[in-house]
Amino acid sequence: MSTATLVPHTGYLTGRLLRATMRQPAFVVITLVQPMIWLLLFGQLFKRVVEIPGFTGGSYIDFLTPGVVVMTVLFSSGWAGMAYIEDMDRGVMDMMLSSPVSRGAMMASSTVNQAVSTTVQSVVIVLVGLAAGASYDGGLPGMLVMLLAAVLLAGAFSALSNGMALLVRTREALIGFSTMLTLPLSFLSSAMMDKSTAPDWIQTVAAYNPVDWAVVASRQALSADPDWSMVWIRLAGLAAVALVTGWIATRAFRSYQKSL
Amino acid sequence: MTVHLGAATAAPDTRSAYAIEASDLVKTYGDVKALDGFGFAVPAGTVFGLLGPNGAGKSTTIKILTTLTEATSGAATVAGYDVRRQPDAVRRAIGVVTQRHGTDPQATGRENLLLAGRIHGLRGRTVKARADELLGRFGLTDAAGRVVRTYSGGMQRRLDVAMGLMHRPDVLFLDEPTTGLDPEARAEMWAEIARMAGDEGMTVLLTTHYLEEADHLADHLVIVDRGRLVAEGTPEQLKSGLHGDAVVVELAAESDLAAARKAIDAVAGTTETVVEGRSLRARVDHGATAVPAVLTALESVGAPVAAITVARPSLDDVYLRHTGRTFAAAEEGEDR
Repeated sequence: MSTATLVPHTGYLTGRLLRATMRQPAFVVITLVQPMIWLLLFGQLFKRVVEIPGFTGGSYIDFLTPGVVVMTVLFSSGWAGMAYIEDMDRGVMDMMLSSPVSRGAMMASSTVNQAVSTTVQSVVIVLVGLAAGASYDGGLPGMLVMLLAAVLLAGAFSALSNGMALLVRTREALIGFSTMLTLPLSFLSSAMMDKSTAPDWIQTVAAYNPVDWAVVASRQALSADPDWSMVWIRLAGLAAVALVTGWIATRAFRSYQKSL
Repeated sequence: MTVHLGAATAAPDTRSAYAIEASDLVKTYGDVKALDGFGFAVPAGTVFGLLGPNGAGKSTTIKILTTLTEATSGAATVAGYDVRRQPDAVRRAIGVVTQRHGTDPQATGRENLLLAGRIHGLRGRTVKARADELLGRFGLTDAAGRVVRTYSGGMQRRLDVAMGLMHRPDVLFLDEPTTGLDPEARAEMWAEIARMAGDEGMTVLLTTHYLEEADHLADHLVIVDRGRLVAEGTPEQLKSGLHGDAVVVELAAESDLAAARKAIDAVAGTTETVVEGRSLRARVDHGATAVPAVLTALESVGAPVAAITVARPSLDDVYLRHTGRTFAAAEEGEDR
């Protein structure tokens, strides 16, 4: 597969996805409103968990904002494969695969598309958080780190979702897979609760959970005095996971074609 | 200065008068053999028809030749490139119109064409001019800015074909191009396909399960049944391989089929009698003289006739001759 076509093809295919999104204003509104609801709802519901002994940090809305950013990314990139399934059902996928389109670009465009919506969603969440009283001591660098973590996580999970779509090929199976993966992964992280209040085994699992890496890196970077070594190692881990899942998912095109 | 082309460059394997050569293709899905040693050669610049009932292996053949899937065994070259070893070169040389839609319903007609052109390396003004040219040619100029979701079936089909033509491919694959089109749209598509091969020197491989479509469009055709080649030649050659005419007798409800068949067989010069429902079909040397004899014979066994027709040989007869079933029966029988 030619690497010379990877970049231009990623551009063309991303353009296609973004145009399609912009033609569905209702979908755009929902993707922006949903994280606001989470932030405000959970922010109210769990307001007093900070009083639990062992809970570190100040106000819950400060704690929650990076958690909601990461959960939003996780849930929306988990659905990325739906676009593949639509393409398969219609015949677009077969047309693409018998054309010289770069397979890597088919995967990368989905990730870039997710990254764009992740960025917009994150900005909205940050602003809503601000209005709800969150303070971001880490300032702009902290926010950029959070954005980077969110984009890397989006890359990993959109690739995973696309790869699964190529293997299972039905909406139902992909919905099942996505739900089965994203819900536990977000609850096995510190997205909503401080890990120190959770049982030991959850703390152990969370240490290996890329969702938790994204949350911890973001929260650290947004704190008044970030421990940057904690941030970088997690970002590096996320980048590695995104690359590996992207590579594996691109391999899934072969298995899809074998079964045709 | 001499330039040495390394082995890595995608030079065609062989220089050949054939745009497509396939030999001994086998494709198995579990226990099912979709292709069972199928092969043919398509002369460059011709319209070549792949005719067979649903499930005969036509689409599987297209998938292998367009590099969408690999044959279990066998070899094929398209535009001189080996489909297994040089899939990228094949993909650059071909246009593909599948049975389903290759267009994005959420994008406009023009956006779809631009994307298809850009994937093939067309840029800037060239790609826009080509898109506008094809939109005009397929009567889609007015709809170019509308999302494809709002197109009628016929418009979507025309856009599918335009997509396959964006980069002026050497070889165009059309998998059932007229399925689902109304008669008028079908006639237009036929005219367009004939033009593509004629004016642009493109090689067109067309699959169809419409006998009249193959007859009308194809310079050469192969009949495929159950994954094997059963006949090949020009439509005329195939038809002239059959002597005489077909006589089809529709018997009245009370007639005894077996007796009627025996009676027809006894008429001098009739061959290949088959029973299909309440009809008997026989091949005769000369339709006009055979009809009275057939009618007399049926009358003598007391088998009243509801209708009798004489037909010049059609591809339907060719198919029947080679497979022992009529095309309609094969269509109903299996749906792969």
